[in-house]
Amino acid sequence: MRSKLSPGSVVGLLVVLIWCLLPIAWIISLSMKPVAETTAGSPQFLPKTWTIDNYKTILKDDDFLHALVNSFGIGIISTFFAVIFATLCAYAIARLDFKGKRVVLSIALAIAMFPVVSLVGPLFNLWRNLHLFNTWPGLIIPYMSFTLPLAIWTLSAFFREIPWEMEQAAQVDGATAWQAFRKVIVPLAAPGVFTAAILTFFFAWNEFVLAISLTSTTSARTVPAQLAFFVGPDQFNPPSSTLAAASVVVTVPIIIIVLLFQRKIVAGLTSGAVKG
Amino acid sequence: MTSMAGAAPPGEVAGAREKKGHVSDRTKAENRLGWKLVAPAVVLMLIVTAYPMIQALYLSLFRYRLTTPEDKGFVGLSNYWVILSDSLWWQDVWNTLFIMVVTVAVELVIGFAFAMVMHRVIFARGAIRTAILIPYGIITVVSAFSWQFAFSLNNGYVNSWFHWLPLIDQDTNWFGSHWYAMFAICVSEIWKTTPFMALLLLAGLSQISEDMLEAAKVDGATWWQRLYKVILPNMRAAIMVAVLFRALDAFRIFDNIYIMTRGAVDTGSVSILTQAQVIQQFQLGLGSAMSVLLFLSVLLIAFILVKLFRVDLASARGEG
Repeated sequence: MRSKLSPGSVVGLLVVLIWCLLPIAWIISLSMKPVAETTAGSPQFLPKTWTIDNYKTILKDDDFLHALVNSFGIGIISTFFAVIFATLCAYAIARLDFKGKRVVLSIALAIAMFPVVSLVGPLFNLWRNLHLFNTWPGLIIPYMSFTLPLAIWTLSAFFREIPWEMEQAAQVDGATAWQAFRKVIVPLAAPGVFTAAILTFFFAWNEFVLAISLTSTTSARTVPAQLAFFVGPDQFNPPSSTLAAASVVVTVPIIIIVLLFQRKIVAGLTSGAVKG
Repeated sequence: MTSMAGAAPPGEVAGAREKKGHVSDRTKAENRLGWKLVAPAVVLMLIVTAYPMIQALYLSLFRYRLTTPEDKGFVGLSNYWVILSDSLWWQDVWNTLFIMVVTVAVELVIGFAFAMVMHRVIFARGAIRTAILIPYGIITVVSAFSWQFAFSLNNGYVNSWFHWLPLIDQDTNWFGSHWYAMFAICVSEIWKTTPFMALLLLAGLSQISEDMLEAAKVDGATWWQRLYKVILPNMRAAIMVAVLFRALDAFRIFDNIYIMTRGAVDTGSVSILTQAQVIQQFQLGLGSAMSVLLFLSVLLIAFILVKLFRVDLASARGEG
């Protein structure tokens, strides 16, 4: 079945690469076009003259920088707590035999399919009363809830594969319970926890519906929402090259994470997804 | 006999007792610990979804606009009646269903082709995995911008590259008419979410034994026969999980439409309409009724798909 460098698989590989990377190449190319060129209309793929002025503009834009800080802060805090709660939950699901395990999994499944937009109205109302509207916690709380299902599944699939007997074996060999946990179980569980953290962070970094509905100023507005509000000086001609530069900037973290951890992300996305 | 039972290992005695219906202390302790560990996650998930949904159910029975709060009053089911007799709601329902069916069908085909390529190719695996994860990880809003500019009349390359195709000219205004705009929205959605589909299908594909395929080949099965009789039936569970998740995800489509058209030229989805009712119109009553209808639609679609596929998701995920 498998052959090295057969013409079919080379063509297939090229098609996949072009499909995945063309829109990225396009947005990078667009971000290098001078504003004057895009206002006049430049339907060709590459810029006529190359410039990095768009990046200078966007990196001096206070609203955009605020949004970057908000996105990183909200993303990291929600990831941190979601992963802690999910780890406890997944440990119980993978290792303990308790009544209601299926109920917990069904709740997680239901939340994973929940239409986020349904919450816009009630949360908008509730957050205004609780003074959580347009604040970091106002976004962190729902982000934690919506990333928990994916994190719980990924982690319980990982935890099920861990040879837990090794913990007892270490204790028989004279390790204390804490040593056995720290030296044996933590290194085995860490890759799973890390993968769950990456997937959770991707969700928070990407989320848009709640980000535009539950914020009103740059004090909590995240990057996707800020991009949607970015109109530039002329309201009827959004500066496409400047927006493209901003898009490239916010895509860089994603590309770095993907380059470093692609194997883990793929394992996390598919683990436990298909076992039947 | 009694002496023999006494000599039995303690584990077996405990096992026998449990079978008689007595719950041992150990089981009770495990139950308690289990619930203590899952409680934070479960409480958090329910606080943000169940409670607001109950509130939405309550508010949906009121005439309640934030700009005129003193006018709030109980109206029964009339909000639902207003929505369900409005042609705009149905237009958006059809748009959403259209996008869901088209994108999931196209993604299934492209995703399967990608999974085949990733499964077969043994060189450059890291490169292909990286490439396919970029659309997955990229912000949907950025994907929407990239495609909006690609289709743009003044600055896009689509018209200049593809003007030789029927229905596309140098000056096709993609966001000026319904079907063109729907096409552009679907392209962005498909590009962004095909990797997810491909990776789930790849996981299913890698579980098919090479021996079985080899045997089919020896027996003279053609490529199509192997695909239809061996590969696809053995990937049933993977395909179902992928379709279920992507279909429900596509039904919630919001980001792409918001960026590309904001629902202009009748391209709105139910999510776009619901969000606009609350955030732009401040119609909390009507918006809440829409939230409830949206929630029920998702339940209905999930129910239909699960029944259609007769798939037990928990067991498909190995939860037993």
